[in-house]
Amino acid sequence: MSDLAQARTFDEFMEGIWRQNPVFVMVLGMCPTLAVTVSAINALSMGLATGFVLVCSCGLVSLVRNIVPKEVRIATYIVIIATFVTVVDYVIQAVSLAVYDALGAFIQLIVVNCIILGRAEAHASKHPPLKAMVNALGMSIGFVIGLLALGVVREILGAGTLFGFSLFGANFQPWVVMVLPPGGFIVLGAWLLLFAALKRRKEARLAAPGDGHGA
Amino acid sequence: MSAPVPASTPAFALIRTLGLVSTICGLIIVGAYQGTYDAAAANRRLALERAVFKVIPAAESMVEWQATPQGIRPAGGEATAGAVKFYATYDAAGALAGIAVEAGAKGYADTVRILYGYSHGCQCVSGIGVVSMKETPGIGDKIITDKAFLANFQALDVRLNAELSALANEVKVVKHGSKTNAWQIDAIAGATVTSRAVGKAINDSAQQLLPRLVPEMEKLRKKES
Repeated sequence: MSDLAQARTFDEFMEGIWRQNPVFVMVLGMCPTLAVTVSAINALSMGLATGFVLVCSCGLVSLVRNIVPKEVRIATYIVIIATFVTVVDYVIQAVSLAVYDALGAFIQLIVVNCIILGRAEAHASKHPPLKAMVNALGMSIGFVIGLLALGVVREILGAGTLFGFSLFGANFQPWVVMVLPPGGFIVLGAWLLLFAALKRRKEARLAAPGDGHGA
Repeated sequence: MSAPVPASTPAFALIRTLGLVSTICGLIIVGAYQGTYDAAAANRRLALERAVFKVIPAAESMVEWQATPQGIRPAGGEATAGAVKFYATYDAAGALAGIAVEAGAKGYADTVRILYGYSHGCQCVSGIGVVSMKETPGIGDKIITDKAFLANFQALDVRLNAELSALANEVKVVKHGSKTNAWQIDAIAGATVTSRAVGKAINDSAQQLLPRLVPEMEKLRKKES
């Protein structure tokens, strides 16, 4: 019995990392995904900031889920999410001004990140706090992986560095378009192509009709 | 008018819930603000100091001043309208190492904010650093890395005219490779707009600040204890 419960929790956790990855499967939160992933460190900090907001707000939304009337639930969720965004804003200023300047307005814009409101509405408001937070943690890690996948590629190609360390020496001619906005679309497109190809191959191998792969 | 929505929650319950949630959230925000205030302020100060000391390498400490139309005085108290902030820096022995001033002008994407060092000995700009900019990577951001461009600011002439009312020669950005005078800035080829922004920032700020600052330079000679 406890094995089953553990398996369920693990499933809940893995959902966001793989099956429902917010970037590659649900294609949510594209605004920060495309805008701040010019370097790996920016991608990581943005992912962690969003993850903190996601986990905390899902926990609090889940705690108050039974006392919030359905008429004001969205207003309540937004207030809760905005609170944790403000907290994360202060914390980043205290930790590193360089990161704060690099992320700019996108920290405040976490408020309107659809991944967070989506999780609060679709999951946290229907499940107990622990379960909601585990699910949110999985989603956060999935989001961090998604952002890093873009940030690492764009930094290596566009600046020849990884986390600020030079990879190719002085003779490397950076592929500047990769750190410009078009590079975000190009890299995201390449990743989505890869994931779609993987999915198609898996489906072809299973060749099991009607096993409920919904859009 | 029409029939009320069935089973709607009474207004009191809505207000109570929103009030409760807002109170909790307010407490969380105040807690976070209080908890991070010192670290954030220290961070900002450190970042500013690091930027100032980079522009004036000999500097060991700095004091914030402001220049008003009536003269200069140490910053603090209420800021006067139209005052220009600047930082007087001192070396290890307590002698004036240089003056650092923040300036800004519209670049290609957004305002380019720079910090420049003014050296009274040569009446020139002795170095620049970028505080913030959003210029195109690989093009406009060459103003940080391009050695030939930065060489413009090793001794950029910002001498005042005889009446000490304005610069003797306006700081001007000229086309790449056509600099002939010490008050001209050789633009980066391909990044003219950003180069011009740097020149304009220095010119505007120096025109405003130096006529107030230079006559009272003696006040800054020694570090006040």
